[in-house]
Amino acid sequence: MGVTLTAGDLRKGLKLEMDGEPYIIVDFEFSKPGKGQALYRCRLKNMITGSQFDRTYRSGDKFQSADLEEQDMQFLYKQGDSYHFMNTTSYEQIEMSAAQVGDATNYLIENLVVSMLMFQGRPIGISLPNFVELKVIRSDPGIKGDTAAGATKPATMETGFIIQVPLFIEEGETLKIDTRNGSYVERVKV
Amino acid sequence: MPERNILSAKRDALELRSRVIERIRSHFRRAGFLEVQTPLLTPAPAPELNIEAVPAGDGFFLATSPELYMKRLLAAGYGKLFQLTPVFRSGERGRLHHPEFTLLEWYRTGASYKDMQRDCVELLHEVCAFGAATGGGTCRGSVIEPGKPWESLTVRDAFLRLAGWDPVVDFDPDRFDVDLVTKVEPYLGFPNPCFLEDYPPERAALARLKDSAPPVAERFELYWAGIELANGFTELTDPAEQRKRFEAVLADRHEAGLSSRPMPEAFLAAIEHLPQCAGIALGLDRLVMLLAGADSVDRVVAFPPDLL
Repeated sequence: MGVTLTAGDLRKGLKLEMDGEPYIIVDFEFSKPGKGQALYRCRLKNMITGSQFDRTYRSGDKFQSADLEEQDMQFLYKQGDSYHFMNTTSYEQIEMSAAQVGDATNYLIENLVVSMLMFQGRPIGISLPNFVELKVIRSDPGIKGDTAAGATKPATMETGFIIQVPLFIEEGETLKIDTRNGSYVERVKV
Repeated sequence: MPERNILSAKRDALELRSRVIERIRSHFRRAGFLEVQTPLLTPAPAPELNIEAVPAGDGFFLATSPELYMKRLLAAGYGKLFQLTPVFRSGERGRLHHPEFTLLEWYRTGASYKDMQRDCVELLHEVCAFGAATGGGTCRGSVIEPGKPWESLTVRDAFLRLAGWDPVVDFDPDRFDVDLVTKVEPYLGFPNPCFLEDYPPERAALARLKDSAPPVAERFELYWAGIELANGFTELTDPAEQRKRFEAVLADRHEAGLSSRPMPEAFLAAIEHLPQCAGIALGLDRLVMLLAGADSVDRVVAFPPDLL
């Protein structure tokens, strides 16, 4: 169970539990009309469903902080639609659906260690390292003579993720990818 | 960013702030106002339900407003007073709120809240004309249009139009505050500032009630670009009525579990002699913020709370 908070503790980034679900405050504004009471205007985002709504709170309102913890988990394998992870300290195994993993499916390769966010013992999301290394499994050869600066071509990575890469990249090469925007960073010599 | 860079990047805003203050002082001095300084340490701030004073030890509080002291001077025969002073309010921190901020407060004897509205027009025209000359003077892109009258809107009309109910006839404090902030304020004061006036008696503060049916308080707030800039009223000069209101606030504070406050007896004794007068408090930080085209008072204060 989380800690009891008052409206005065509310701020952007704070995580709350309401009706058994975790919420994060994504936008926050303190207002106080002349001679009136303090109001705390929040935009709340459900950390499981992603749905957002606005709500205004007053000084007397009380809240529960969300009981969240982060664990380092190693990605083991994908089976059908489920992704299997192992806690790197307890060796406990956890599976998540593709929907729960979200865009991170683009970067999950065997043995990658990610940070998993747990709410009441249930996994609700994962955060990736900023950079991962993926192998190119398919890309057409670059067109000779096309030297336009910044020219790119699509390449399919071992996870099935397709990104734009420079023309000189060939199949079988390993690339460093920025997971925050899905962009090519550089070639990695293996 | 290192503190030295943050501070040096504020040069333009602090330059503007200094010049606005200079312009305000010369404006009031020319109009025959006396600049005063009243205590920052007080044993008895004005009783308020929604304003918390910061305790300063030895039974003192940091001033939440210079109001009571300035009215004690008016009661002693001073006719026109102004003051620029820091004030302190516990727990207030937001885009438009600092626990320490600067108020410009002025009073006139023989005046009503309508006179204070005229004062606002004159003062802002002068401050903004100067702003325009220095490349500022805009408020989120909209300059005050000279010669154009400013809108006055009663609280009742504003709420009927924007929130769909009448708070003067049937006051609901929670709904009033929430609707004021979310449905009314965002639409007030474009492009010229506007006055929201005639508050429900429940939000009269220290204002005189108008002899109207239903009764409303001769109080107004000045809004510009959706931002509350000033709060003025015809002052209540009836000591019995004032004591009754303070007692009600102190009882409400007790009921709400808030800390107790002493009754400001010296002020109550003084208003026996308070002539008809009106006064107003204007948030200097917010005015400079609007003139600078900034979106938070943090930008126009050298050391906002996060830098302390």
